[in-house]
Amino acid sequence: MSENKTPQEKHYARLVDELTPNSRHLRGCVRAFWVGGLICTIGQLLTMLAQTLELGELTAPMFTSCALIFLGTTLTGIGVYDRIGKYAGAGSVVPITGFANSVAAPAIEFRREGMVLGLGAKLFQIAGPVLTYGISASIIVGVLYWAAKEWLL
Amino acid sequence: MRIGSRTFVYEHPPRIAAHASIVGPKESKGPLAAYFDESSQDDLFGQKTWEMGESEMLRRCAARAMEMGGLAPEEAQALFCGDLNDQIIATGFAARALSVPLVGLYGACSTFVEGLVLAAALISGGQLQNALCAASSHFCTAERQFRFPLEMGTQRPPSAQWTATAAGCALLMAGDGTGLRVTAGTLGRIVDYKIKDANHMGAAMAPAVESTICAHLDDTGAAADDFDLIATGDLGWIGREILLQLFRERGRPLPPEKLVDCGASLFYQEQDTHAGGSGCGCVASVSCGWLMKRMERGELGKVLLVGSGAMLSPTSTMQSESIPGIAYAVRLEVK
Repeated sequence: MSENKTPQEKHYARLVDELTPNSRHLRGCVRAFWVGGLICTIGQLLTMLAQTLELGELTAPMFTSCALIFLGTTLTGIGVYDRIGKYAGAGSVVPITGFANSVAAPAIEFRREGMVLGLGAKLFQIAGPVLTYGISASIIVGVLYWAAKEWLL
Repeated sequence: MRIGSRTFVYEHPPRIAAHASIVGPKESKGPLAAYFDESSQDDLFGQKTWEMGESEMLRRCAARAMEMGGLAPEEAQALFCGDLNDQIIATGFAARALSVPLVGLYGACSTFVEGLVLAAALISGGQLQNALCAASSHFCTAERQFRFPLEMGTQRPPSAQWTATAAGCALLMAGDGTGLRVTAGTLGRIVDYKIKDANHMGAAMAPAVESTICAHLDDTGAAADDFDLIATGDLGWIGREILLQLFRERGRPLPPEKLVDCGASLFYQEQDTHAGGSGCGCVASVSCGWLMKRMERGELGKVLLVGSGAMLSPTSTMQSESIPGIAYAVRLEVK
């Protein structure tokens, strides 16, 4: 942001940068990779399980999502997911279990403010933007896809 | 008596007749654990919500200070108190239970020292015979208000500080006799060097601390060497380094061994609090526990206690405003 900082403020910003240790990116990436990969592997195993049960093309992914959401929510409820998140960062935020965590955590936190204005209103405090922009983006992409198919092919 | 730009030198310096401190489970495993009067392993303090838990901790701390000072609650003339919750509710509910006349303050983490400056002035001026100065903070109330729900799996950057679950209360009294006294106080001025990172409060507050320490030294004609210790709260490990560098650049370096930060002292580095502790209760409990006890034992004679606050809110952070920093100072002396 190009705000008008005085030379003194610019100098101070440099000084703060120099004295502040950086996050350890490489370590963070490695941890995110293996934990995220592990969650995805569990998901793949669940899909394969669903296929052996002959749940069908459409039902199998849904079964996987439900199982992972159940897992993420349960681990949040028993106070384990925040520790995984602290270790793995984006590795446990990006998969669907992270989404479940972001809904379950405010549910636990704001239960004490009541069912309607507490839990009800704060449930999507963190997941809300994901839904807003996720659904909007999928509608836009869907319309473009439909238009391309209609006129270009 | 007001001297210089913003300092009071108290003509009748009040005595710190008693001081109490209470900390939560994590703080009770830190390096200063032995100094606190009560270490609770229940961070709800027997209540149903975090907010009421914090309030109960604060009430218990003030009650303890009165008991130690031999003051009945109905004799207490004023409670100078604040916390980090919206509308300082921990203070409001604690004062309801104590039914002591209340002066509600908000100076973020500087609240405790702000209260000391004001209470000492009113006692010195003869308006009050005694006053309680207290402040509290709670990790769980601060986390949900300023950051994320507790069970959210997020990472904190290395510069983030850990809000301490702690409370401290000092009982000030007019009168003669030997003991620990508040002899001077300096008001804070907002200093803002356009730091916007709410996860780096040490950087946001360090310039305000520098400004207040310089003002205090210049107003009273003292030098850093005149003090046995300069205690800041709560810059954390990184903020402390920044402060030392600011003084070096100003050409009046502080001796590093004389500068202690309450936030950097409350936890071990291994406790994974990142840059150290913060919160109103951090400086309050460390000064009422560790600092004042050491002074009474004669290990320290003259201390400059500087409380610093980051005057931000979640709203101002979301609106991309920078963080106004403030710092208040009091001179504590054993006389």
